[in-house]
Amino acid sequence: MNKQIGLDAVADIVQSGMTIGIGGWGPRRKPMALVRALLASDVRDLTVVAYGGPEVGMLAAAGKIRKLVYGFVSMDPIPLEPYFRKAREAGTLAVSELDEGMLQWGLRAAGMRLPFLPTRVGLGTDILTYNPDFKTITSPYDDGEVLIAMPAIKLDLALLHVDTADRLGNTHIHGPDPFFDALFARAAQRTIVSCEEIHDRLDLARPDDARANHFERYLVSHVVHAPAGAHPTSCAPRYGWDLEHLKRYAASATEDGGWARYGQQFLAGDEASYQSAVGGAARIGALPLPVF
Amino acid sequence: MTLNIDTSADFTLAELMIAAASEAWRGDGELLGSGIGTLPRIALGVAKLTHSPDLLMTDGEAYLIEEPIPLGPRGDYKPRFSGVMDYARVFDCVWLGKRHAMVGPTQIDRWGQANISCLGDFHKPKVQMLGSRGFPGNSVNHANSMFVLAHSTRVFVAGEVDMVSSAGYNPARWLPGMKRDFLDLRMIVTDLCVMDFSGPEHAILVRSLHPGVTFEQVQAATGFALLQAPDMGTTAAPTAEQARLIRTMDPHNLRATVIKNNPPGVRA
Repeated sequence: MNKQIGLDAVADIVQSGMTIGIGGWGPRRKPMALVRALLASDVRDLTVVAYGGPEVGMLAAAGKIRKLVYGFVSMDPIPLEPYFRKAREAGTLAVSELDEGMLQWGLRAAGMRLPFLPTRVGLGTDILTYNPDFKTITSPYDDGEVLIAMPAIKLDLALLHVDTADRLGNTHIHGPDPFFDALFARAAQRTIVSCEEIHDRLDLARPDDARANHFERYLVSHVVHAPAGAHPTSCAPRYGWDLEHLKRYAASATEDGGWARYGQQFLAGDEASYQSAVGGAARIGALPLPVF
Repeated sequence: MTLNIDTSADFTLAELMIAAASEAWRGDGELLGSGIGTLPRIALGVAKLTHSPDLLMTDGEAYLIEEPIPLGPRGDYKPRFSGVMDYARVFDCVWLGKRHAMVGPTQIDRWGQANISCLGDFHKPKVQMLGSRGFPGNSVNHANSMFVLAHSTRVFVAGEVDMVSSAGYNPARWLPGMKRDFLDLRMIVTDLCVMDFSGPEHAILVRSLHPGVTFEQVQAATGFALLQAPDMGTTAAPTAEQARLIRTMDPHNLRATVIKNNPPGVRA
């Protein structure tokens, strides 16, 4: 079994109209090399589900998103994601805004093949107002409590970035927080994982790291070797986010034709030319981890 | 109000607000404290180092710590971790109610409903902000306090906030059968005063005015009618101990950069 594919094969797997979940969190461990492959393709009309960071802004700027399902979109040190903001303020994006916890709850329901999971989260708020298809459910037990039936968020495809993977589809995440990558993988029909390091077998190459495995390989359809593939987001403990690049990206949103220029400068070629345009793999590898 | 014998001689508004905010966690016992933003984070550290040593805290990312980490560049200081509080655990903690967060909403209304999502019409916002983040879940599950850097009618709005990200005590939003028991709004610290929700039907009530501020000033900067606590006094100046711990928690004086011109705590 060998699940490895090249970055150039990614665009063929993604089809217009798909619902795609993207792992990571804000400016952390986003599968940006995979996202750049989508940006370069003619895929469109995507429903994107994410704890959003710059990948959401970029896909929105490129006109790839039909509908966005999110708890937030932010780049943390730059709190407001500029192209997400632009798209929202233009009123061009269909959205389902959720609480962060509701999002994982919907993914969990999908991963357990349930139609919904009950929660109190969202009660008393406009989350219900602006998700008019969400229904409440009354507890069948004596308490009779009225809860929200958070519908399953089923994904056609999940895109994730991890530290280490093998060609069988085993993965290790070494960052301090695995976020909800596992739930994205469980909720998806297929999952593409990009990785910093690839091996034939992790049991042989990294026998002491099994606790860093967060989901089973039967959830992983394809593995892409994409070192520094989370740039400009972080991949702790390997490298931090590239604040200089994120600032430049954010500034482009304030300029006429800014997105087109960003694209010409950084996205016109392949991943190798992207990396040299942003200062090279060595520079990315040396980006300091943020201090909180 | 008490005579402040043991207080630091002069203090900034930021330091006054930190000392006031640190009171929010008093009596909470053993639960996760969260202070979102520079001043609430310092305040949480002061709370843990004074009256609430049992509080759990994080390193700001994914680990639990027992000693509050000073803000900013750490030099040789290495945080020591006692456990894990990644986001999956944060939701477990939140949904069990074992947390008291202090957050800085963009808008707050008379019912304590708060907004960080967007301003204007949700379908085509004038200003898109972060989205609702964890506010809906936090609000219906655990204690929440609020921190407002610039008390004004733009923050404390007339009517409802534009997008209700966190639930409040507005009865119209709570239908029969919905469990409101865990909604627990505590303290609001602003640059003018300290308020809480102890009025009739959880109405917002001014507990103390910062030195040199009048109730009329606070009311004029608020889009809805405020009540006064019967014992409304002056917000206590930081004690010498609090002032020392504030400096310990914030060795790079980041607190001086939060409010424009870093004004003194006693208004002229």
